[in-house]
Amino acid sequence: MAVVEARGLEKTYQAGDIAVKAIRGVDFTIEPASFVSFIGPSGSGKSTLLNMIGCLDPPTRGTLTVVGKNIAGLSRQEAARFRGEHIGFIFQDFNLIPVLTVFENVEYPLVMVQNWPKQKRRERVRELLQAVGMSDQSNKYPGQISGGQKQRVAVARALVTNAKLVLADEPTANLDRKTANRIIELMQEMRTEFGTTFIFSTHDPKVVKNVETIFTLEDGRLLEEGNHG
Amino acid sequence: MGNVIKLAIRNLQRYKRRTLLTSVLITLGVVAVLLFISVSGSFKTMMIGQITDSMLGHLQVHHKGYLASIDSLPLDLNLQGKQFARVKKILDGNEAVAAYSPRLRLGAMFSNFTETTNIRLNAVNPEQEMATVPMLAERIIKGKKEGLLEKGEILVPELIARGMKVGIGDTIVLVATNKDGSVNGQPFVVRGILEGISGPGGRDGVIHLSDARTLLRIEDNEISEIAIRLQNMDFMAPVFAGLQEQLGSIKNKAGKPVFEIHTWEKLSPFFNIARMIDLMTLFIRIMLVAIVLVSIMNVMIMAVYERINEIGTIAAIGTVPGKILSLFMVEGFLLGVFGTFIGVVISLAAIAGMNAAHISFDFGRQKGLLLAPTIAASDVLTVAAIVIGIAVLASLQPAWKASRMDPITALRHV
Repeated sequence: MAVVEARGLEKTYQAGDIAVKAIRGVDFTIEPASFVSFIGPSGSGKSTLLNMIGCLDPPTRGTLTVVGKNIAGLSRQEAARFRGEHIGFIFQDFNLIPVLTVFENVEYPLVMVQNWPKQKRRERVRELLQAVGMSDQSNKYPGQISGGQKQRVAVARALVTNAKLVLADEPTANLDRKTANRIIELMQEMRTEFGTTFIFSTHDPKVVKNVETIFTLEDGRLLEEGNHG
Repeated sequence: MGNVIKLAIRNLQRYKRRTLLTSVLITLGVVAVLLFISVSGSFKTMMIGQITDSMLGHLQVHHKGYLASIDSLPLDLNLQGKQFARVKKILDGNEAVAAYSPRLRLGAMFSNFTETTNIRLNAVNPEQEMATVPMLAERIIKGKKEGLLEKGEILVPELIARGMKVGIGDTIVLVATNKDGSVNGQPFVVRGILEGISGPGGRDGVIHLSDARTLLRIEDNEISEIAIRLQNMDFMAPVFAGLQEQLGSIKNKAGKPVFEIHTWEKLSPFFNIARMIDLMTLFIRIMLVAIVLVSIMNVMIMAVYERINEIGTIAAIGTVPGKILSLFMVEGFLLGVFGTFIGVVISLAAIAGMNAAHISFDFGRQKGLLLAPTIAASDVLTVAAIVIGIAVLASLQPAWKASRMDPITALRHV
């Protein structure tokens, strides 16, 4: 079963009296445990598409099935629950909670979203921190670690709930080349270890050259689907 | 919930100075209100106690129409012996009544044999009067307090004693006109000098009831008023209502009520001051509500504005709107609890300090009154509940805004 399946997907925004079509009838399928990237110039609709897959923005028309569920028509509450259960997010600016330690940041979705029992969630957080190589920094606050380390923590947070799908919007944009490469490698390792699907929206050639499937977007249309094989 | 509280505490610690300033503001408000309630409340209680326990009693029964003419102390509106007997029977059968004292009130000429002045007198049965207004003896600033007075003795109000230059043991003459218009005089020995206090009857002299009857040539058991002391003043309203119903049912031949009954509140102008104190307390409470509302709302609006991106993040990773709402509301709640707790501690310490310092003050002609502020646990709990409730309420709008925020817009916020 595909992790994401879009058929005739459209998104129209209303800017005053003008209707702006951000996504114009897109069809695609993303298989489980794949490493996929949406690329295209600014305004091509990559982020809009990612937001729709992430249940942050409902489609205007068409069907969008994520982890086997048609997400069109989900209420705000249902969408939040669905995200918390199935989708992980990695942001360009890392978006860690500054008042929580590295450990607590990774623990957050298990406490505030999924309500795991204490012992079980601690084990899981330790496992993830070990996997991303941040065990020795677990008591530090985000302000005390580097950008690359923050993104490692963000990867751990995205995966801690056993999410089937991780959406990463320009995950390497604020990292130097060396650190960016390490983060990409880390995500590949995580994909292999946990069988998670990673979907990127990016301009970064470092990311693009590492993904298996590339969807190129322009003016809200899917131009081509390429494979690095 | 424990995790929500933990996160809320961390967020409050993020802006320590702001949290501290807001808490200080709430603390100051709580301290101001609690100290005002304790000081004004104690003053009010003391004054009411003094008025009821040394002068008026808690309730008074008169002949219908007497109170409207009380300035002229009309003898023709006295309660006749039979009427008094009926009231007495009702009062004796009421368990809420601790004591009552029949009084005959009259105006007279006061002569020291060289000068004459007019005087208002309260003629009482000493034992009943002491049981009804036990603090009356404490108003005797010169002379013997025990037993109040004997027949042939008078307690002279301080101002008249000073003006007429009479002292303890001096003989004076009272001259009064009775109901029929005939004049009679009678000598009295000054037994004591009575301190004047604010309110009706506060500057009246006191003589024995049987002396007044002799002076006025009254043969019947007639009286002007009955002062009543209750077992518990807190139950004044229901006892008053019950007595009013019983006495109101007694009608004269014309079918009109014979008696009227009043609470001390209707008899003393201090009740208006007491009401003003209550009004000021209410006003200060409203100010406290405004302080808490504005300060917490301001802090929470700022907190939401500064954390828009963070709200977007937690919403994106699946935090449901209700939990985001509770996160911010708990922050407001904790601010309220913290400020209130410190405020209550400071207030209680200040009240204890004031009591230890034995602060005295003057009120009108009364000098050296001791300020003994106290505060009821119910007042502390009410103020705390108001402050914490308002703190939560003030957080509601910003918290609601945070919970309804569109994650995409919030994540784009810089």
